[in-house]
Amino acid sequence: MTNGFIGGIHPDYKKTLTADKPIEKLSYEKDEIVSVPLSQHIGAPAQELVKKKEQVLCGQKIGASKGFISTNIHSSVTGEVVSIGNLNSPLTGKVKGINIKISNPEDSPKQIDTGKKFQDLILEAGIVGMGGATFPTHVKLSPPKKIDTLIINGAECEPFLTCDYRLMIESTEEIIKGAKIIQDELKIEKLIIAVEDNKPEAIKAFNKYIHGFNFEVKALPTVYPQGGEKQLILSVLGRIVPEGKLPLEVGVIVHNVATCKALYDAVENGLPLTERAVTVTGAVKEPKNLLVKIGTPVSKLIDACGGYVGEPEKIVIGGPMMGFSANTTDMPVSKATSGVIVFRKEDLPSLKMTNCIRCGRCVSACPMGLVPAIMEQFAISELYERLLDWHVLNCIECGCCSYVCPARRPLVGYFKTGKRQVMNIVKERENK
Amino acid sequence: MSENKLLVTFSPHIRDSVQTDKIMLNVIYALIPAIAVSIYYFGFFALKTYILTIIFTLAFEALFLKIRGRRITLDDNSALVTAILLAMNLPPASPWWLILIGSFIAIVVGKQVFGGLGQNPFNPALVARVFLLISWPAQMTSWIKPTPIIENFNFDSVSAATPLSQAKTELISNGKILTDFSDASAYFLGNIGGSLGEISAIALILGGLYLIYKKIISWHIPVSYLASFLIIVIPYWLFFPDKSLSPFIHLFTGGLMLGAFFMATDMVTSPITKKGQIIFGVGCGVLTAVIRLFGGYPEGVSFAILIMNAFVPLIDYYIRPESLGEAEKV
Ligand code: SF4
Ligand code: SF4
Repeated sequence: MTNGFIGGIHPDYKKTLTADKPIEKLSYEKDEIVSVPLSQHIGAPAQELVKKKEQVLCGQKIGASKGFISTNIHSSVTGEVVSIGNLNSPLTGKVKGINIKISNPEDSPKQIDTGKKFQDLILEAGIVGMGGATFPTHVKLSPPKKIDTLIINGAECEPFLTCDYRLMIESTEEIIKGAKIIQDELKIEKLIIAVEDNKPEAIKAFNKYIHGFNFEVKALPTVYPQGGEKQLILSVLGRIVPEGKLPLEVGVIVHNVATCKALYDAVENGLPLTERAVTVTGAVKEPKNLLVKIGTPVSKLIDACGGYVGEPEKIVIGGPMMGFSANTTDMPVSKATSGVIVFRKEDLPSLKMTNCIRCGRCVSACPMGLVPAIMEQFAISELYERLLDWHVLNCIECGCCSYVCPARRPLVGYFKTGKRQVMNIVKERENK
Repeated sequence: MSENKLLVTFSPHIRDSVQTDKIMLNVIYALIPAIAVSIYYFGFFALKTYILTIIFTLAFEALFLKIRGRRITLDDNSALVTAILLAMNLPPASPWWLILIGSFIAIVVGKQVFGGLGQNPFNPALVARVFLLISWPAQMTSWIKPTPIIENFNFDSVSAATPLSQAKTELISNGKILTDFSDASAYFLGNIGGSLGEISAIALILGGLYLIYKKIISWHIPVSYLASFLIIVIPYWLFFPDKSLSPFIHLFTGGLMLGAFFMATDMVTSPITKKGQIIFGVGCGVLTAVIRLFGGYPEGVSFAILIMNAFVPLIDYYIRPESLGEAEKV
């Protein structure tokens, strides 16, 4: 059996900053404002259901799923809608959202109707993949094919981030129960929880439950991007997901640990997704794992960690490999926000660019077996047909190529933009 | 607030610490054993050649970049690598003007006209070596006898043919090799005539292993190069022992080790994929063997590598590894 994938990198993980910090519930005051974005997932943004001046309850649905690939949005607080407008977003720059002034900070979310069919309940609760991809979970739970294995992704391979790790230790049982619910509902034979071997405490925690529940814990080698779905499936099962296809093609679905916890909370307790754990780390006085209401401004998270150490130069939302750099901290936490990382100038790598010296490091590092150095040339000269021929669409945008490049070529940046152009070509061809 | 000028860039936000200049520096470190041996055997001649080549090469690089209005990028260390490799490809007692011309050819013709670092299809030091070899064959093949500095400070320019050239000459004039080269163990250490950087196989192997250990180069080119070379040379020697030097001498003399570990592995001018590198290495090995055994020149390494350099774009173009779960072409 193949165990592990080709390529990958071993960055400095920096997880010790927060690995031992239990998830701490962030507290809120009356009159504080949270800004809940209407688009926190891949697919169509939700349709707003409230108007200005309207009173909303914590857990109330304020955005309705629009289309199949979309999901609901709930208010994370009880309060008054003060305005509906454009919020800053790390992904798209601006996104429509609802600003709510908190009236009762202690309110806990109102329950959703749990009498519904499983998938509808998940949609009702607004659950999305919380590992970063934010794919609406109810869609993933409606596979058109027979699934034989459910893999729970506890790899958390991004450096700095520890929110999943803490969740695995502190909410072990909920995660397992959430996974069991999926397994039972979809009649999946096998359940495997996969954790990178740099998280021994998490592995121990899961192992304690092995007898009560029927599942397997798999310790994976620590290598980025072990948590990439295709890499994970290859490492755990030795199965290769075909290019352009979803894991279900090989009879697998993958869910993140935080997603399982959210799913458990929805099914067992009727709770919609209104909060998540976020690792706030880097150049802050006291790095922490925080339990945060969706819509909380990033600046509040930083304050909760005692503020900056030194002068912030770059703030990354998400992990340092695939996250987005934010131009402001006036930006709400969304369902996708796994981390807030503050870098000072001295923490950032030198980006002094030279010509490509054809060292081949990017080729060795690419976990998808691509040839980034040559693809870069096609991207620069806008030869998108060639880029397609070299399978740029197979790029998972993991950033390994850019990470290792001694010439500091912005490789993955080219592929992100290149892929969009290439998609257009593919669409044109299909229309012919 | 200071946040107004937060830096926004594409991910990833962290990078490996290795940068171009460090890679080049590592190549230089790897060359130190060979440099040391050449200074040991050729003393002042060697020092002079290294110093002059470095001065001329860096000067041409800076001058050319200045003329083209580009940033002067001596700090990437790539010109320094070229300088040292060029010096190693020159006879120990090269006259200053030969070095000047060589430096010009290497940097200006071999590198900068193609666009500078990373853009040149041919190894600049080899371009210069072959150009000089064709234009000034006498100067380029006047070897002096190695004299360990601990024994003697007075270098007499007693000419000493390299084993390869001597064998070639005898073969051409007599149809077979007359000299008995069987006691050749000293060659391994560097006690032979030859270019500065060619003489000590052991020093070059050490340097090469360092580069592999440091992951600057991979084993693919050196191994496929040397293996394919031996696959031709060994049977030929077994069948025609009087027309061929022993594989041992072939392996450890001339530019083979320098070529296999430092010139063919020049990342800029070799294929980018491992599979491509093996094809390239085999091509170098076969061509080197064929030129040495059947060609007019005693030495084939430079020609072989330059010829294979020309095929690199083709190899890179056609040898695309299959990516994970690759779909049929749409
Ligand atoms: S890692 Fe950078 S310098 Fe090396 S081959 Fe790839 S793009 Fe070129
Ligand atoms: S970003 Fe794309 S090309 Fe670069 S290493 Fe990852 S998969 Fe390969």
